[in-house]
Amino acid sequence: MIESIFNADFLASAIRIAIPLMLAGLGGVFSERSGVINIGLEGMMLTSAFIAIAATNFSNNPWIGIICALMVGILLGLIHAIVTVTFKANQIVSGVAINLFASGITVFLSWLWFQETQIMAVERLPIWGFAIPQSGEASSLIRSLIVIFAHHSPMVYLAFIIIILSHIIIFKTPFGLRLRSVGEYPQAADTLGVNVINMRYIAVMISGALAGLAGSFLSLEQAHFFVKEMSGGRGFIALAAMIFGKWTPFGTAGAALLFGIGEALAIRLQGIFTIPVQFINMVPYLLAIFVLVGAIGRASAPRADGIPYEKEII
Amino acid sequence: MAEYLLEMKNISKHFPLVKANDRVNFSVKKGEIHALVGENGAGKSTLMSILYGLYQADEGEIFIDGKKVNITNPNKAIELNIGMVHQHFMLVPPLTIAENVILGREPRKNYFFVDKQKAAQEIKDLSEKFNFKINPWVKIEDVSVGIQQRVEIIKVLYRGAEILILDEPTAVLTPQEVDELFRMLESLKEQGKTIIFITHKLNEVMAVSDQVTVMRNGKVVGTMKTADTNTSEIANMMVGREVLLETKKEEQKAGKVVLKLENINILNQHKFPILKDINLTIKEGEILGIAGVEGNGQTELVEAITGLRPVSSGKIFLYEKDTTNLKPRKIRELSVAHIPEDRRKRGIISEYSVAENLILGFHYRSPFTRGLSLNFPAINQHARQLISDYDIRPPDKDNLLKSLSGGNQQKVIVAREFYGEPILLVASQPTRGLDVGSIEFVHRQLLQARGKGKAILLVSAELDEILSLSDKIAVIYEGQIIEVINAEKVDIKRLGLLMTGAGTSQRKEIPKKDIEGKTEERYLKNEAKK
Repeated sequence: MIESIFNADFLASAIRIAIPLMLAGLGGVFSERSGVINIGLEGMMLTSAFIAIAATNFSNNPWIGIICALMVGILLGLIHAIVTVTFKANQIVSGVAINLFASGITVFLSWLWFQETQIMAVERLPIWGFAIPQSGEASSLIRSLIVIFAHHSPMVYLAFIIIILSHIIIFKTPFGLRLRSVGEYPQAADTLGVNVINMRYIAVMISGALAGLAGSFLSLEQAHFFVKEMSGGRGFIALAAMIFGKWTPFGTAGAALLFGIGEALAIRLQGIFTIPVQFINMVPYLLAIFVLVGAIGRASAPRADGIPYEKEII
Repeated sequence: MAEYLLEMKNISKHFPLVKANDRVNFSVKKGEIHALVGENGAGKSTLMSILYGLYQADEGEIFIDGKKVNITNPNKAIELNIGMVHQHFMLVPPLTIAENVILGREPRKNYFFVDKQKAAQEIKDLSEKFNFKINPWVKIEDVSVGIQQRVEIIKVLYRGAEILILDEPTAVLTPQEVDELFRMLESLKEQGKTIIFITHKLNEVMAVSDQVTVMRNGKVVGTMKTADTNTSEIANMMVGREVLLETKKEEQKAGKVVLKLENINILNQHKFPILKDINLTIKEGEILGIAGVEGNGQTELVEAITGLRPVSSGKIFLYEKDTTNLKPRKIRELSVAHIPEDRRKRGIISEYSVAENLILGFHYRSPFTRGLSLNFPAINQHARQLISDYDIRPPDKDNLLKSLSGGNQQKVIVAREFYGEPILLVASQPTRGLDVGSIEFVHRQLLQARGKGKAILLVSAELDEILSLSDKIAVIYEGQIIEVINAEKVDIKRLGLLMTGAGTSQRKEIPKKDIEGKTEERYLKNEAKK
């Protein structure tokens, strides 16, 4: 029975489930490394998930759907930045507002454009990589490797490239050094001529872009449809992954994968045990709670996280 | 080349409530160490922030090497080879020394990446040239304050600074680190760098500067050669009147015993003694100074008297009343006032206004409370009265405390604690971090209270303060009162020896500090053996 749960298909589905968490979590990393808490990831994902489907269905091209989702993510990031960086409003409140806005606008536009709240995608991205061998064509090891690593939507590969790029950008480039300094001690960065406001705008917009990608993957690639409230707390789980991953890209990706495994497990268990499905669906969330309880104390956020930047007045 | 490397002419800067700089002229020659002195709030930091581009002047011109310049932001200042070492270090703790130094000016390789090797090499070269010792690979959060300051200086040199502004660089340093800093400044001067040194400590001005400019109330009072002046002249210029660097106190007869400590012992949570058998009395109209190296039990003594820390055994009497282990509020209600040693932690609430801070501890009593609500007319009246009595600046009762200078914050505490006519005043480090004017003010208040027959316990790390104010001096060492000396008959040399535990016959084997835990363990083992 164990083998029927933990096999190559299981891991492949765990990866697919983890992708939106990874991307949104990375969005959290960029934003919070610059000192802006982005609790609006959830709403940004939801809005982008809707826009991805809508644009795909209008254009019959999923790539256009993804690009539109990306743009909407950036736009929401920009709004969050204007509210929290320029007007120094409370970052949590702004994030909550984005989430509430997302719930409303997606339902409204669904009715307006499609006269329903569950919209099927008319197109989807191709699968890139090797074809899965039929039984007998290759050894089971090779089949497993292909299933896990080389038979995915292009966005899966893109997500992994983004993770590696993010690590390089944050830890190896001047941009990353400035980003980290702005999130830790913006006054210091300012005295050295680093433009704190610009850095935070860029970081929050990157965050929105990544949440946008996450949302488009969720609807277009994972579900193949949009339904209201489909993000279902994934934005918050992504934040949990970010914290568990100590605000690093690799750590966040690893944590997201762990949560992905949890959710994949929940799906598998549904067919096997006679436990009510509601309890099984709790597994990923319980996992998030346990992991965070274990991580508390060891994880430390960027010091200026959540604090608007103001020049000191003597 | 112009006569002056830097000239600031007719600089004015207004903030909403204050005129921070008023037609200031300030000139510095190449290769000199120029001290800029003044009380807190005199406008020194504002002037330097204008020079560094953090603020824009409302009026005035700046010339570098005879050329007029317009410094709109720190980047401009850096381009003009001006560097600033801020009072509060502008260092990012989790980043390495190298990363902190290069931030904003990163050497690159392949256009895209930070060249950390090159950065480290440049920092090594710089630190060798100026004889600093620095390891570029360690994180800021892992190094001492002295090293952090070196990093700040290196940071400025890395950007090619010729003019270095140091904003109160010694405030956070130990005496040894101060000496070290002064040696570094000399070596920078030898290499032709120009240094502007902001301070309000007069002995530092004398020790290190070539020229000195004094500011007061946003204006320059004068500029002179350090060699041609002396500390009392500078002090008078800073404050604008005669300043008594030494306070004179009048003869006075002490009255009845106000505070009496009997065999006070305090153990910490590990049953380790912090105070041992303390016996002290303070009479009406008497100042008892506690002399001692910090960390020898002074804090705990003050906390015991004010009810903030329970005593393990012994009795505390206020007149005849036993106040041992009463709640702090009860003790305050018996007219005991407390100027705490850490004003930010215990003296004030920095997010509250001046008016609100002035009623803390009295807030629940008449006239500040009426039924369930605060009585704002009374509170505001009270605030206006105290602000004018104690000359709190800026004189606005609605200012948040965090926007006041340290000296004015301390005035708020003093004003509040003297209100309600205390019979006993516990003053712990009452002048820490204050400038000469404020120090004199606090000293005068303490002596006035003494004149009114109040009993005062004065704890201070400044031996001069203890010597000039106290009637009696109790020397504390490792939780014990070694000796109580009449202040008039004190022999300073002997006092110093007593404070460090030398020259006493009754010295017992108490380990140095209990913080480490290790010495404590050893001590407990020894006790067990006995």
